[in-house]
Amino acid sequence: MAQLTFREAISRGIAQEMRRDETVLAIGEDIGAAGGVFKGTVGLFEEFGPLRVRDTPISEQAILGAAMGAAMTGLKPIAEIMFSDFFAVCWDIVVNQIAKSRYMTNGQVSFPLVIRSGNGGGLRFGAQHSQSVENWAMMVPGLKVVVPSNALDVVGLMAAAVRDPDPVIFLEAKCLYSSKMEVPDGDIVDSLGRAKVLRSGGDATLVALGAMVPKALKAAEELAGVGIDCTVIDVRSLVPLDTVTILREVTATGRLFTVEENPRLCGWGGELSSIVSEEIFYDLDGPVVRITTPHIPLPAADALEDMAIPSVERIVATVSTSMNA
Amino acid sequence: MTTTTSHTGLDLEAKLELYRVQVALRQFETRAYDLFLENYVKGTSHLSLGQEAIAAGFAAAMRPDDYTFATYRGHAHTLARGVPMTPVLAELMGRTNGLMAGKGGSMHLTSVEHGVLGSYAVIGAHLPIACGAAWSAQYRGTEQVAVCFFGDGSTNIGAFHEALNLAAIWKLPVVFVCENNLWMEYTRTTEITAVPNPAADRASAYGLESIIVDGNDVDAVYEVATTAMARARAGGGPSMIEALTYRHGGHSRADPGKYRPEAEVAEWLARDPIPMYHARLLAEGATEAQLVEIEHSVAAEVEVATEEAKAGPTPGADLLMKDVWADGGSAWRN
Repeated sequence: MAQLTFREAISRGIAQEMRRDETVLAIGEDIGAAGGVFKGTVGLFEEFGPLRVRDTPISEQAILGAAMGAAMTGLKPIAEIMFSDFFAVCWDIVVNQIAKSRYMTNGQVSFPLVIRSGNGGGLRFGAQHSQSVENWAMMVPGLKVVVPSNALDVVGLMAAAVRDPDPVIFLEAKCLYSSKMEVPDGDIVDSLGRAKVLRSGGDATLVALGAMVPKALKAAEELAGVGIDCTVIDVRSLVPLDTVTILREVTATGRLFTVEENPRLCGWGGELSSIVSEEIFYDLDGPVVRITTPHIPLPAADALEDMAIPSVERIVATVSTSMNA
Repeated sequence: MTTTTSHTGLDLEAKLELYRVQVALRQFETRAYDLFLENYVKGTSHLSLGQEAIAAGFAAAMRPDDYTFATYRGHAHTLARGVPMTPVLAELMGRTNGLMAGKGGSMHLTSVEHGVLGSYAVIGAHLPIACGAAWSAQYRGTEQVAVCFFGDGSTNIGAFHEALNLAAIWKLPVVFVCENNLWMEYTRTTEITAVPNPAADRASAYGLESIIVDGNDVDAVYEVATTAMARARAGGGPSMIEALTYRHGGHSRADPGKYRPEAEVAEWLARDPIPMYHARLLAEGATEAQLVEIEHSVAAEVEVATEEAKAGPTPGADLLMKDVWADGGSAWRN
């Protein structure tokens, strides 16, 4: 058992899989000797060498094209797109090529690859290095989407993503890179498509993802102090989506609050809200409430960014207002 | 700059096979066009009429386990690797006996068992993907080569340049083949490109030799392909080949190609690769009867494929939700 940061958990998870399977390779900008701009790949180059941990030029289409071509010919690449905002310059490879080709070829090819990317705000980087793009990925048929919220899940979900025979978008909340937790020694293998109930309460269910999970937990603690007892669910995997767990927990409390970092329109909570209203509408005791970043590009100034991204205070205020209405 | 034209290196039997493949591609594409006019082929299609020598010459130089990456103008490259006509034609017609059971269509022909790793319909995307297959071959030590065909119009998109740079720095076993048919869809390529030869003139920027070949001369194509593939297999890295050619028809089935000067079309029709090769084979000792026999047997093959494709069932709902995921399904939730 060791204290592990979120960023150390990334290299531990990758190393675990690279030791097990020599067809697992890592590519990306500065991921080699430099250890990644967010230090998420420290030690991999030293352990596995330049043929398995390859630095690339600043060529996102080449990075993901190479990953795709390698995946369809027997390898299991883990490609890094440094900031998820940069998906915009290589989205063709992700959406038109990787996501569609298995279906279009009637199942002739598979894409066992992982695309990791630093996602989301909180670091005052401004609008082009801070977006939460999980909703971009979620809406594309053919992509699996995983968003861990802590170091233990990073290791286990990385293993699950690498071992999955389909393409997985693995989004790492940048503002969690330095967060720490105890992680057991030895191999850790989780599974995709499983949400986790982190806290049980009888009054309302808060469903959160990635960097919003620790905020939802903190908010739940504060809400308990004013008599509102909340269940908190970490979604962890948007595709496949664990609707069984979520619907069960929302049914139990009768109230759903989503906590989303993505801008409002077409965020994952919108889909969840739709599923809840179609399938358990008569079990609800009040409206579904979405707590999201407003529909704006993220501002750089700390004062403004803190107003934009859902905060513990906003979660507490929104939930208590709605529960007391 | 190397301009290669050569008529050597193959015996007559091998050359008759090159003739057969070109005739097969020609007759297949002609039939595909006719079936479009009869509303059997739906959607769009991009024919390789006039460009057959490139597909035939390269396929002959490839090992069975080499990889082909083609564009939406990919019928010829798919057939040239040995994929039978029936599943290709049936795919164009949206039938379950199609190469992908009708789920891909004309622009996405793929046959992994023949090394055809796909036909890609967003310009330039498949150049980096071919790099990935080449990277994989290099890492696995298989001496396989990826051959990536694309049009002149692809040379102005970013993915082209990203792929060339990556292939060069990683010394990847990939051969890039620009089929320069002079027209980027409806616009003359030289009018929208900074250099006269869109691929060959860019090669030096990535440390590669400029190679231009007569793309209507199957022997010359075969020779340049053989050299480039041997180099790639030996670890010598990528090559860029610009093959000059001309499409006899328009860009796609909806385009009559009227923007092209009549004199230019006539000039290139006079350089049709198939009659040219027919004449060369006669000069090199083939008999007219041998060549006619090839043409007739191909015609019979096209007839059979047409009937088999027409007889194929249309896909049912069982196929609709299949094969999004490797487990064969499409579930996104539990």
